[in-house]
Amino acid sequence: MSRRPYVRAGKRLWWLGHRRYVFYMVRELTSLFIGLYCALLTLGLVRLAQGKPQWESFLAAASSVPGVVFQLVCLAFAVYHSVTWFALTPKAMPLIVRGEPVPGNAIVGAHYAAWILVSLVVLVAAWI
Amino acid sequence: MRNEITVEVLRYHPEKDSEPHFQLYTVPYREDWVVLDALNHIKDHIDGTLSYRWSCHMAVCGSCGMMINGEPKLSCNAFLRDYCKEASVRIEPLEHFPIERDLVIVMDSFMKKLSSVKPYVIAKEEKPLSEGQYVQTPPQLQIFKQYTQCINCLLCYAACPQIGLNRDFVGPAALALAHRYNLDSRDGGKEQRADTVASNEGVWECTFAGACSEVCPKDVDPAAAIQQMKISASVDWFKAHLLPGGNK
Repeated sequence: MSRRPYVRAGKRLWWLGHRRYVFYMVRELTSLFIGLYCALLTLGLVRLAQGKPQWESFLAAASSVPGVVFQLVCLAFAVYHSVTWFALTPKAMPLIVRGEPVPGNAIVGAHYAAWILVSLVVLVAAWI
Repeated sequence: MRNEITVEVLRYHPEKDSEPHFQLYTVPYREDWVVLDALNHIKDHIDGTLSYRWSCHMAVCGSCGMMINGEPKLSCNAFLRDYCKEASVRIEPLEHFPIERDLVIVMDSFMKKLSSVKPYVIAKEEKPLSEGQYVQTPPQLQIFKQYTQCINCLLCYAACPQIGLNRDFVGPAALALAHRYNLDSRDGGKEQRADTVASNEGVWECTFAGACSEVCPKDVDPAAAIQQMKISASVDWFKAHLLPGGNK
């Protein structure tokens, strides 16, 4: 008897079938907004290099209502991206200290502490 | 309490069916029955042509993985009482695998992937029997013990969206086993496994959806193993390409 295995076609909207895949796809989508924000920062650097009038027009565009809304949307996605990534760090970076595994909460907490520290350094540097 | 429950089973007989179709069965409802008991009832009393794999009935052999209401589960570990509020229980073969017949999948691709990661201890240095066994301390065992629990049930492959998109991805269970042996203090085969582990179809195909670890019935956590191997593979790459004499 000859075999005739049946191969099922993949569903186009497979990720809508379970909430775990929806959250995963949202996390993947955050990369797009983080990429767009990086492009905005790069554009800012280019405008800064071009001279004062160009830089000031860039600042004016970034401070306009559409500019602020865009940055808030990017911030929301960046927070979602960071929080979900920090939650996964104990899996990617398990630590064993003196023969005992470090609790996951401590690893996640260390990432938040580093995040706050780096943010403070950047804010202080910007202030000065 | 209900006396009966409806079970929808995806049937496929290659001799006469051009494609799979659902068939409905009504089986007795028992609080202590699992889905596998319902299938055994169908096989023994209603329709002897139904094909499916099973063996131990206690979540050890890893044979009876199926999609149960869309979720990959061991059918011996899924109680009917957890589905009693649903209109029916829908049983399908594991996703992302060809169907051989009814609920039986073709798992040849997995067997090839599994053997490609050399899932056995490759001794660092062969020593004669007269020198005794390769000793390992409990803390050394603890580092990888979690990954030894894998029963190759393939629920993780059915849950993994990357397997759905690229069937060549080595996948969660095989990579978790590669990690298990790489972490073993007696093992020296990491470089031999790197050809598969660090290839495009290896750990880099994983996008950390994490579904494999969620559905694993033995808490193996393949997603963690793969992320740890990504870090390890990156460190090895930098050592080989950036350190003086690293390529030697």
